Parts: sequence; structure tokens; C-alpha cells
Amino acid sequence: MLTDYFRYGIQNLTKRKMRSWLTMLGIFIGIAAVVALVSLGQGLQKYINDEFEKMGRDMILIQPKGELGAPGTTTPVQLTKEDLDEVLKVKGIDRAAGVPVGTIEIEFNDVKRYAFALAMPVDDSKEYSVLELMFIQNYGIELGKEIEDGDARKANLGHYYLNRNLFEKNVQLGNKVTLNGEVFEVVGFYEVIGNPSDDQNIYITRDAYYELFPEKKDVYNIIYAKAALSEEPSQVADRIERVLRKSRNLEEGKEDFTIQTADSFLEAFNVILGVVQAVLIGIAAISLFVGAVGIMNTMYTAILERTKEIGVMKAIGARNNDILLLFLIESGILGFVGGGIGVLIGMGFAKLVEIIATLVLQTALLKAYFPWYLIIGALMFSFLVGAASGLLPAWQASQLKPVDALRYE
Amino acid sequence: MKKTIITLEDVWKIYVMGHVEVAALQGVSLDVYQGEFVSIMGPSGSGKSTAVNMVGCLDIPTKGRILLDGKDISHLDESDLAQIRGKKIGFIFQQFNLLPTLTALENVSLPMIFQGIPADARAARAEQLLTIVQLKDRMNHRPSELSGGQQQRVAIARSLANDPEVILADEPTGNLDTHTGENVLDFLHELNRKHKKTIVMVTHDPHLAKRADRIILLKDGQVVKKL
Ligand SMILES: Nc1ncnc2c1ncn2[C@@H]1O[C@H](COP(=O)(O)OP(=O)(O)OP(=O)(O)O)[C@@H](O)[C@H]1O
Ligand SMILES: [Mg+2]
Repeated sequence: MLTDYFRYGIQNLTKRKMRSWLTMLGIFIGIAAVVALVSLGQGLQKYINDEFEKMGRDMILIQPKGELGAPGTTTPVQLTKEDLDEVLKVKGIDRAAGVPVGTIEIEFNDVKRYAFALAMPVDDSKEYSVLELMFIQNYGIELGKEIEDGDARKANLGHYYLNRNLFEKNVQLGNKVTLNGEVFEVVGFYEVIGNPSDDQNIYITRDAYYELFPEKKDVYNIIYAKAALSEEPSQVADRIERVLRKSRNLEEGKEDFTIQTADSFLEAFNVILGVVQAVLIGIAAISLFVGAVGIMNTMYTAILERTKEIGVMKAIGARNNDILLLFLIESGILGFVGGGIGVLIGMGFAKLVEIIATLVLQTALLKAYFPWYLIIGALMFSFLVGAASGLLPAWQASQLKPVDALRYE
Repeated sequence: MKKTIITLEDVWKIYVMGHVEVAALQGVSLDVYQGEFVSIMGPSGSGKSTAVNMVGCLDIPTKGRILLDGKDISHLDESDLAQIRGKKIGFIFQQFNLLPTLTALENVSLPMIFQGIPADARAARAEQLLTIVQLKDRMNHRPSELSGGQQQRVAIARSLANDPEVILADEPTGNLDTHTGENVLDFLHELNRKHKKTIVMVTHDPHLAKRADRIILLKDGQVVKKL
């Protein structure tokens, strides 16, 4: 019986194709926007969460204030070897390392480019190697080998140098590149890290780095610390803050450095992302609402047109509930099909954004992610929106008096 | 002894439109016996459709009683009325009133859908009914692809779908030419004689009315003559 109702609904909708499509347009724009936004938002969130997962919950970042994101830009505030030593003394620290980052000129095949150079620590008493840090610890060498202490004129390059034709030709293992005028041998390439800046990094030993940047001796852009397994990272972070405040002679609230744990970072990020998503989805919801009004309007028109038909159906035995159901199903189909198309378009759009992001912006940050609950949820929701918008018109239809409906012309 | 299947006892129907009251029926009393073929005649506006609609449970009287198969239907609510319409009444309308999106077969099946009859049983019966009205070869056509007479025959088949006791036909030939009208009436006669259906037919055509067992004449909402 229900299948008959569905067939009746579909037959009526296909009879007025243009109107049905236009009605569904409203729904599918809304649903497409929601699906695209949620899938990209979820993808971004997943990407960031995965990155932090790789980095580890126990990682603590210390950065000079005013230097957000772009390392290498000179800031008045600097972290030094003394700071690192203080950090290493804090209770609950497993290991820590300062990472010096400098902008370097790389020349190959007579083409010059600029990139960030990162230094590996020479003595690794309690320090991590840069390679383990920088979230890189899960990224290994793809080709060749890692540089070691004493490799004064050897370098590892990011993945971009391997196949992106940065110098009108690819750099190969064993090639010589010139870094700030000094010749280095390329002994290894990293695997893809996923963002354009990291993938163009150049890794050299700390000795070589200090030779190239004598003024940057014992100055770090970031200090990474790792909390001991038994410790709560946020508490260790609090301790570091206290110690550094004292050693740097600063009042509380006037720190010239920031300390972040993976958790605090993630939390802040998730809050921001949540707000952004809520706003965007709110906008999408408005278009969905407009779509719902469109369905309602179409159903009122349909019922007006088919008043006589409703009378006939009642005359041959349809109860009020049958009529109600018939029209609810019809508007539900409008919502569902509109939603289905919307889901497909939304997914396509999100995928497109992902492709553009990877190709043009060269970032793995915007990955479309389609969890099953998003798709099922969107479809169910659109069916419900359709049925709900049809509820009032359908109820009105069901209440028509048979004689009146039959007399309607 | 003849069994009465429809009884109207002093039935009044008063339509209120704003401040104007129209008394469409003013104390109509009549009986229709099982297996009878009754014609109702009368000038336009005399209340023929109103009377037939109330027998068909499409409306309830303002005053008076209507018994259908011994059951008082004057005070039932809409869902009970719908139930009785579906099971005991078959309607045939002047404008055929087939659903335009459905094929002949689907149109004939529709009343059975509302009674929850399974699909294959429905299709079998609908086909059988279309055979009776000699439209088996047109069963997959939509109303727009059928002539007026053919549409009315589909409507006749549809009225039989749930094997009702009573067929109510309100000017079934009103939209047809004389010849086609005669043909439709032949089928109604067959229903009456062969399938033992009680038939109440409203008509303006005295010639067609005479083919019934009995003619009831209405005027100004009252029965003026029973022939
Ligand atoms: N729903 C209604 N609301 C108001 N008045 C109505 C309604 N239905 C019928 N009437 C009035 O009741 C009277 C009887 O109408 P009815 O349709 O029964 O006449 P009829 O005998 O079938 O006429 P016709 O031969 O033209 O079909 C008419 O005056 C009509 O205007
Ligand atoms: Mg009439």
C-alpha cells in the first residue's frame, strides 16, 4: 500500500517536472552547502587532529610572542640556549630541543629560491633531533639517508625538491646545491609532509647552520619539550611558564613567550572551527528554510490543483489519513530527491575544493571527509524537511469535505 | 419479501452560506429495495445530487435519518463514512473523475488500495472488471488516451472494485452523446440484472430514465412523484 502511495507521488511529481525540479532546487542548494561545509570542516578537523596525534599529546611548544606561524621572521623577542637549559631543568620534562630556523637562499641549476633551513642538534644529550620534532617524527626519509653529526656539507631536502621542478629540473641524490653561497651535497629527501612550506624545508646539521647564520648562535625559533609519560602535559606547561617567567624576569600576565600543549592547541582550534562551522551552517540552514517554504508552496498549489482528485479518492474510500499520508509522501519525496542531489553536489563541491586546494594552494589541509552519518543524516533530514513542509498542506487536504472537494472546479 | 437497502426518513439538508440558508432537501422520505434500478429525475437545483451524495455517505443530513443496509449513517464521523463508502458504495460521476496520472487498470485498482487488498489480487480483479466493460485491451491507457464513453466504462469498472451493494450514478451520461449514453446505460443494466447491484441513477433524460424499474421525481427538495 505504501509503495502505491510512493508511486502515486512520483507519478504526480514527474507530471509536473519543471515545478518539481524548481522546488527541489531550494532544498538541494541548502543540503549541498551543508554537506560541503560539514565534510570540509570535518576533514580539516580530522587533519589537524591527526597531525596532533602524530605529534603526540605530550608535546609542549614554546614560542616567542608575536611570532605566530611563520618561523624565520625576525622578532625582537628571542628564545635562547639559556631558556632551553631552564626548560630542561623543569620537573617532569622528558626531553627538549630548541629549533633554529633561518631563511636560506638555495641555488641549483642557476636558479635561486628561498626556503627555511632547520638545524639538527649536534649533541643529543637530552635533546631531540629536529627530525623527530617538527611533527616530523612520523615522516621519514623517502630517498637516500638522514644527515648525521659531522656531515658538515651535507643536506636533506623536503619532498618538493624531488619532483616539483623547482629549478626547472629536479634535484637528485648526490647533486650539489648552493646554500647561502656554500656548496652542500644532497644525501636524502623527506617524504611528503603535506603543506607547501614544510615540504620545501632544508635540513642541515647545527654546525653547518651556525656557520651560515653566525648571528643566530644559540637562538631558537621554537623550543619543543616533551613531558614525561607519567606527567600531565598541561601541568608541566604551567611549570615551564613559571620557570621561564622567573629566569626572564617577567611579571605574570606580561610574558613575552607562549606555551602551548597539544591539548590546548586542539581545544582552541576546535572551538574556532566549531564557531566558523556553526556560522556557515547557519547560513546554509537559511537556504534550507527557504527551500522548505518552496516545498510548502508547491504542495499548497498541488493540493489546490488536485482538490477534485482528493474528493474522488475520498468518494472511493480514502480515509483522511490516507490523503494525509499521500501528500506527506509526495512532499517527502521532493525533499528526499532534492536532498539526494544536494548530497551529491555537496560531495562533488567539497571534492573540488580539495583538488583545488591540493593543486593550486598545495595544501593537504582541506581534505573532504564524508562520514556515513553525514550522508545518511543529510538524506533523512531532507526527507523530514520535505515531509514537515508538506505537513500543513497535507493536513488541510485531508480535512477537505468530500462533497466540497468534488464540487471544486 | 423485498429487502430495503436504502431508507430516507424525513431527510433535510440545509446549506448555510453566509446569511442565506438554502434548503436543498426538505423532508425527503423514500425506500430503495435491494436489486432495484431507480432513476431520480427533477429540475436543476431540485436536490438530486444532494440526496444521492448523502446516500453515498459523502455528506450527512441536517435532520432526519438515512439507513444503508439497515445501518443508520446520519451521524457517523468521517472515518466511518469513508469506510462505508469504500466497501458498500460505488460512485459513477458525470465527469468520469478518473485520476489523470493513473492508467485504466490503476484507476480501477485504486478503491482496493484503500481497502488494503494485496497488489496481485487487485490487479487480477481490476483486469476482470475491465473485461466486463470490454476495455481489457485498453487497461494500460491513461484517461487522456480514452474517449468519454470509454472513460465512463472505466469508471463503471472502478465502481465495482470492492463489490459494493449499491451503485450511485449522478448523471452518468450527462457528458456523453445519446448513442454512447445508451451504451453506458447498457452496462449499468447488465450490472443490475447480471450482477444484482442496486443502482440509483440521476438523469435528465426521460428516455434513459424509463429504462429503470422506477422513477422518483424531485422538485424543490421534495419528492413529488414516485412512478
Ligand atoms: N455545498 C453546497 N453549498 C451551498 N449550497 C449548495 C451546496 N450543494 C448544493 N447546494 C444547493 O442546493 C440545491 C440543490 O443542489 P443539487 O446539486 O442537489 O441540485 P441537483 O438537483 O443535483 O441539480 P443539477 O441537476 O443541476 O445537478 C441547489 O440550490 C444548490 O445551489
Ligand atoms: Mg446534480
